[in-house]
Amino acid sequence: MNKLFLAALMTGALVVPGFAADYTIMAPAAPGGGWDQTARAMQEALQAEGISGNVQVTNVPGAGGTIGLAQFVNQYSGNPEALIVGGYVMVGAILTNASPVSLAEVTPIARLTGESDVIVVPAASELQTVDDLVAMLKADPGSVSWAGGSAGGVDHIAAGLFAKTVGVDPTKVNYIAYSGGGEALAAVLGGQVTVGISGLGEFDAQIQSGDLRALASTGAERLEGSDIPTLSESGVDLVVENWRMVAAAPGLSDEEKAAIDADIEKLVTSATWQGILETNGWQDMYLGGEAFDAQLAADITATEAILKDIGLVQ
Amino acid sequence: MDTFGLLADGLLAALQAQNLLYALIGVTLGTAVGVLPGIGPALTVALLLPVTYRLDPTGSLIMFAGIYYGGMYGGSTTSILLNTPGESASIVTALEGNKMARKGRGGPALATAAIGSFVAGLIATLALAFVAPWVVKAALAFGPADYFALMVLAFVTVSAAFGDSALRGVTALFIGLGLGVIGIDLQTGQARLAFGIPDLLDGIEVTTLAVALFAIGETLAIASSRTHLKEEVLAVKGSVWMTLDDWKRSWPAWLRGTFIGFPIGAMPAGGAEIGTFFSYAAERKLSRHPEEFGQGAIEGVAGPEAANNASAAGTLVPLLTLGLPTSATAAIMLAGFQQFGLQPGPLLFANNAPLVWSLVASLLVANFMLLVLNLPLIGLWVKLLTIPKPWLYAGILTFATLGTLGANGAMSGRLGPIPFSFELLILLAFGFLGFGLRRFGYPIAPVVIGLILGPLSEQQLRRALAISQGDPSVLIASPIAITLYVIAAMAVLIPLYFRLRGKGAVLQQMASDED
Repeated sequence: MNKLFLAALMTGALVVPGFAADYTIMAPAAPGGGWDQTARAMQEALQAEGISGNVQVTNVPGAGGTIGLAQFVNQYSGNPEALIVGGYVMVGAILTNASPVSLAEVTPIARLTGESDVIVVPAASELQTVDDLVAMLKADPGSVSWAGGSAGGVDHIAAGLFAKTVGVDPTKVNYIAYSGGGEALAAVLGGQVTVGISGLGEFDAQIQSGDLRALASTGAERLEGSDIPTLSESGVDLVVENWRMVAAAPGLSDEEKAAIDADIEKLVTSATWQGILETNGWQDMYLGGEAFDAQLAADITATEAILKDIGLVQ
Repeated sequence: MDTFGLLADGLLAALQAQNLLYALIGVTLGTAVGVLPGIGPALTVALLLPVTYRLDPTGSLIMFAGIYYGGMYGGSTTSILLNTPGESASIVTALEGNKMARKGRGGPALATAAIGSFVAGLIATLALAFVAPWVVKAALAFGPADYFALMVLAFVTVSAAFGDSALRGVTALFIGLGLGVIGIDLQTGQARLAFGIPDLLDGIEVTTLAVALFAIGETLAIASSRTHLKEEVLAVKGSVWMTLDDWKRSWPAWLRGTFIGFPIGAMPAGGAEIGTFFSYAAERKLSRHPEEFGQGAIEGVAGPEAANNASAAGTLVPLLTLGLPTSATAAIMLAGFQQFGLQPGPLLFANNAPLVWSLVASLLVANFMLLVLNLPLIGLWVKLLTIPKPWLYAGILTFATLGTLGANGAMSGRLGPIPFSFELLILLAFGFLGFGLRRFGYPIAPVVIGLILGPLSEQQLRRALAISQGDPSVLIASPIAITLYVIAAMAVLIPLYFRLRGKGAVLQQMASDED
């Protein structure tokens, strides 16, 4: 009897972990932001699709995600059930904050979603096209005030790259940092600044209502059904896309990484996940495996270069 | 359909038994998280979001609204009874509220806070329904230079709350301003005074500082002194309810608090705390009993409490009309709207009118529910004060620590192999600072006010100057800024004029100590 019990217990112990991992997803940001929403959307989809039985989300806010990243690396090394959400902003924050922990220390799994920035002006602005903006910028770079998210973030990087691409000294860009795209929206609507640059989601409602005019989007292609031209269509050869990703703990075996890869692939193709993307207006930018590793490395190099050009990183 | 018809429909929807139940759950949860320092309404709504995927939109919006208003109200309870603000918008409430509680007037203080919150919530919600589009236009006209002028006005008026010694008050304010400089500079992305410690990159958390200075500092002060420990705290003296005189003194303060709080909440860069500062300063200036300020003046509770609830409703103005969240809770509510396919913004009122009106109606219901829930509980709450002091303060210490750990307690520090929470270290360090300030007679509130206003005013000033490419005349270029400076100048000069006319005695008393 005892042996039977023991055997049952052992089988149980062996079978349960193989059946479904109980993931813990860290959102290295306060509740409510993009990373937190991504983590909670993953939680919802992983559970609803039965990919994982029980998913926990923890929030560790601070310093562009670097606080959470440091804690993740310290606490979860070698743990195959720990995931962390992150994104492009983290790449910049690691550099500007001289973070002791970098993305090289986690195991990148996949890019999940993405969003391009848009450049907008108030409806009453004289600027009608990207050409007008380029002309104004060339005449007097300081006279164009750009409102966007925090310094060194993707909006700032996009503004700097824009100037550099059209042949204007990126250190001359008059970038006014707001604590988020929302506050920047208020500044553009109130006519306090010349242009606004931030994620399409921040400005979309006002573009549709006609309060703002979108000059261009920074994406590689036009969004489906959108009449906002891309920068390349407007003669500025530049693509900047903000993205969010998921990574796993450092020190995993190949089998453990493969298991997570498979779960995430199941996640992104699931109906629940696609439904969440739809309701949130997130663009599916799933990219996994080695292709993502290469893309990540390229983004880090490019970001480092432009942050040096703008003068944020020595 | 006209506005009233839509609102009536919304109310009918909100008053269904099932929705009333959601409202009750919402305000109960909201009050509970407001009471606990560290666990704010933002986190609660975030945790509940996945749950509400399965509810209907009206039901979950009602629950969110309840949590939001409940959180705003709950923070005042611990402020008043335990001198431990649950969130930053109720710091000012602690100044007079706790003094009242110590004199056995905790009941009236809680009642004026509850009824004031209700009145303010009611008026502000109706204002949200009827004047939101105009309010938001006015708020958008505020440029960086105007915000800076507003901050100057705040500095000038709040300095009235600094106690009898201007030097000590200003010293405390500068400690706060100094702490405000710590962290990544928003405009340049460079770390300032962080000493290579990643936890300092985001600056000092306002709630951590407030909890440390008020709660930990007070606990240390009590523990260090025998007389403090024996000092009798009256749980109840006289009636638990408000007297006729209390009502007479409270209602003008409620109305003033509402009219100060609502527009400031509606400003994209306003914030609930700033409305409470202005309201407190206004009450102190206008009171017929200025000598009671610092000793437990009921206006000093009524005004700021009304202001913080009105500004909670004000926050919804930019959220609904622009899709612009101006607080963490609003940001999560935005996520909540989006999950129902609602895009707050200029088109919301046109495209989703029924849902907007059921939200407004649910705010009214939540507000009413809050009053129903809290008034009968006051008698129970004040019993907290009858707990023997050693137990009470041990409890406060536990809650303060747990709250800080829960909110920001990343185990990011490392001492050899032992991880520890840096935020907790900060809590303890500032607790000792609070003890020192108390010991040597420095006021506490200006430190927190400096930490809140300092970074705001700095960012606005630098934005204004960056946009004008360094031309300082931009600061006085707009009529809004000029008006605000004139009011600030009057606030300084008028008392000076009276003092010269020999009426100084009254004003001396007006500036009586907070502690």
